[in-house]
Amino acid sequence: MGTRVNLIGLQRNDYKGGDSTLCQGCGHNSISNQIVAVCYELSINPHDVIKLSGIGCSSKSPAYFLNRSHGFNALHGRMPAIATGSTTANNRLIAIGVSGDGDTGSIGLGQFKHMVRRNVPVVYIVENNGVYGLTKGQFSATADIGQELKYAGMNELPPIDICLEALAADASFVARSFAGDSKQVRELLKAAIRHRGTAVLDIISPCVTFNNHESSTKSYPYGKVHEEPLQDITFIPEQEPIIVDMMEPGQVQAVELHDGSHLVLKKLDPDKHDPTDKMAAFRLIEEAREANQFITGLIYVEEDRPTLAETSHMVDTPLVHLTDEQLRPPREKLDRLLDHLTCCN
Amino acid sequence: MSNVQSSPIDSLLTDHQPIVNDFQIMIATVNGSGSQTANTAILRALFRMGIPVSGKNIFPSNIQGLPTWFTIRLSKDGYTARRMDYQILVAMNRTTAAEDIKGLPPQGVCLYPEEWQIQHDRDDITYYSIPVKALVDASDTPSNLTSYVSNMAYVGVLATLLNIDMEQIRFALDFHFDGKAKPVNMNMAIVTAAYEWAQDNLAKTDPYMVEPMDKTQGMLLLDGNSAGALGSVFGGVSFSAWYPITPSTSMIDSLRAYLNDLRTDPETGLATYAVVQAEDEIGAIGMVIGAGWAGARAMTATSGPGLSLMTEFAGLAYYAEVPAVVWDVQRMGPSTGLPTRTAQGDVLTAYFLGHGDTKHPVLFPCDVHEAFEFGWKAFDLAERLQTPIFVLSDLDLGMNLWMSEPFDYPDTPMDRGKVLTAEDLEELGGFARYADVDGDGIGYRTLPGTDHPKAAYLARGTGHNEQARYSERPEDWVRNMERLNRKFDTARSLVPAPDVDEAGAEIGLIAYGTTHACVVEARDRLEAEGVATDYLRLRALPLNGVTRDFIEQHSRIYVVENNTDGQMAQIIRMEFPDLAPRVFSLAYSDGLPLTPRWLTAGVLEQER
Repeated sequence: MGTRVNLIGLQRNDYKGGDSTLCQGCGHNSISNQIVAVCYELSINPHDVIKLSGIGCSSKSPAYFLNRSHGFNALHGRMPAIATGSTTANNRLIAIGVSGDGDTGSIGLGQFKHMVRRNVPVVYIVENNGVYGLTKGQFSATADIGQELKYAGMNELPPIDICLEALAADASFVARSFAGDSKQVRELLKAAIRHRGTAVLDIISPCVTFNNHESSTKSYPYGKVHEEPLQDITFIPEQEPIIVDMMEPGQVQAVELHDGSHLVLKKLDPDKHDPTDKMAAFRLIEEAREANQFITGLIYVEEDRPTLAETSHMVDTPLVHLTDEQLRPPREKLDRLLDHLTCCN
Repeated sequence: MSNVQSSPIDSLLTDHQPIVNDFQIMIATVNGSGSQTANTAILRALFRMGIPVSGKNIFPSNIQGLPTWFTIRLSKDGYTARRMDYQILVAMNRTTAAEDIKGLPPQGVCLYPEEWQIQHDRDDITYYSIPVKALVDASDTPSNLTSYVSNMAYVGVLATLLNIDMEQIRFALDFHFDGKAKPVNMNMAIVTAAYEWAQDNLAKTDPYMVEPMDKTQGMLLLDGNSAGALGSVFGGVSFSAWYPITPSTSMIDSLRAYLNDLRTDPETGLATYAVVQAEDEIGAIGMVIGAGWAGARAMTATSGPGLSLMTEFAGLAYYAEVPAVVWDVQRMGPSTGLPTRTAQGDVLTAYFLGHGDTKHPVLFPCDVHEAFEFGWKAFDLAERLQTPIFVLSDLDLGMNLWMSEPFDYPDTPMDRGKVLTAEDLEELGGFARYADVDGDGIGYRTLPGTDHPKAAYLARGTGHNEQARYSERPEDWVRNMERLNRKFDTARSLVPAPDVDEAGAEIGLIAYGTTHACVVEARDRLEAEGVATDYLRLRALPLNGVTRDFIEQHSRIYVVENNTDGQMAQIIRMEFPDLAPRVFSLAYSDGLPLTPRWLTAGVLEQER
């Protein structure tokens, strides 16, 4: 078998990163693998991608995929600011951000919500395991109430739901997935990359060291048994025909993304959730929480919401591509302004 | 109606020479009463008459109701420092009037609204009452605007008393309202009515007069925040993120206005820039660093509390080596301090902002001319040195109007620093982001989006080697920090050099930023007292040999600054420990700009 290449002539190896230093079996590694697979499959040029992260186990992972992409490992909870500045400076960049539940749900909750509110174009992945790994096992803000951990004891506080926070901040793309469900992660990632605003992917990504026992809803054993996908998701790139099984009318929904690609959602019982209905999305999350259901899939999408560049009325040319002549106004402009200010013209 | 209350001293005054173009007017008002229009109209009219002027707005942290004082200093000799005494009081705030009147010297003048019917307790000053209400009522001003235009009454009366050119007041209002006839005429109607009323009803018994001069021809009058913003635009700024904080807010307001004027794409009407109001200063500096990393010229403006919040990001940008420009328009600290009062209290904070071994170049503009200059130069330095550059202005410079020579268009092309393109990489076969190829401590960087398989690197705040890979090896850490120190030494010769004025005096003064105006005047006063001084004005940190030489050449050095702890004196002693015994601190901070009187006394006390 010859070496396989994608549409731009790159091999899968051209998308790989350094060796992971995370624990063996960590959910984050499987997400990194899906990012590699998706960028290869979509024939994305690695140099068009920027990898962004905050601080924590999750935030180390940009070193483990896309070695040929620039990256910025920022501060704890502050990746949204870096994403906002870099994508505003260069709107051609595809930003893939990797955060964790401590990074997003605690220290960075404010920045997260403001990024979502501005609809900054970034794929914002939260690798959510309910626990602080690098500091050895404290509860994070997404941990279940009543959960027990060896180090931390009993968690008495209700969890912060990343998807709910995103929705409340008017997110234009909200999905939840499970690191153990590779296919769904992959299809959602493709859609998130093609989405033009902030795409929030809350991926339950088990911590095999501190939080992987069956009683935890952030564990592999729990996820494998309890995951209830809302839809069977297939991403169809632009210009490819949508062929769907119409045997069950009303069960299939196609969501068109901004670049002409589609997300085909084959709805699974019992939810029949419409991801373009925001109130339904709120209800879905709350009802799932009350019923202790682990629902995954596309929760909400709104392709028409203006991005930060649009609400800022910016030119399409990336700011970093402006020439020095375009950046520095000519001498006559300064003279004209000074004339206006000078005594006694 | 007779409004002239003569005092016994009048007969004495007739023996005095008139005092021309050398006094200070203090206008005491209530915050939010719209007196700024009136005050700047007087200031600008005097400026247009060719008289050197400076104006200072001493205002409260409040939207409406607390006292505000605006001082207008006329100085035929061209001094612009703060003067403590005032000879003419326009008392428009009943709450502070008694205290304000107490502050007048003998021969002083007090203007006040007739409606107050105040007691004339002092017989050594001249009182003039103004029928403000009657003048406004007689005009056809719409009732909802009467409180705004009523301040124009004292403009007209002052025009009569001091002989201010009415035509120049009209010009000043025209400038203020950007040529809009309706507000100009409405305000001018009150000015004229008050002027004519004063001509008919007031007998002048005080000695203060203005006369046209030719000292301002070709100069401009602008605030430092606007000048810094304009300079930034001519520095090619493309991205700014900020969070509102006094006294820096008007810098971003100006920046937006200038960018809208100068950086709107003529074809599409769209912006070739972005200004993002962040959720806080952490977000603001983070966005700026993100944009700088991506290759845009990016800046933020803040004040002390915001600077504190930017600490962690400042350290990241220092260590990951990302260009950024941060303007700190300083106000009083610690903590919230006095948000609407000036100080130079962030020198040490800015210089060392960040944990671990962090340090930054810091620029100190002393006037609006330099605020413009540093506005564009800061970007060249940031990109050349691949590090955040802090520009320390203050409220006094930022929010007050200052005379200046016209600004000079940048005399050097933009320096984008060491950036490798795809072609460069092809030729070199790759690069190591943090290697010291040229021996100046500055590595080569690539921008995200560079179309080359070897262009990428991972910027990070974690320990890294020359290839930007994570490293915990002790030798990698040491090597990197040694290079960063080498880079800082490179910065010593790249930042603006000190401005030195020396003629072999035994003692030297060192100052920086807005205390310059005070030093200039104090040196003249000291010379008159027989104490000659040399003067070095620092324009930036880190220090270099010029400052060292200056200190070595003088027996005693006085470091003048507007803070309590003598922060620059500490830095100088730290950098040149062998010279520390001859370095003395003259530091004072009470919320107001330093006065030549204070500085002169301070030096004389030591020298006599």
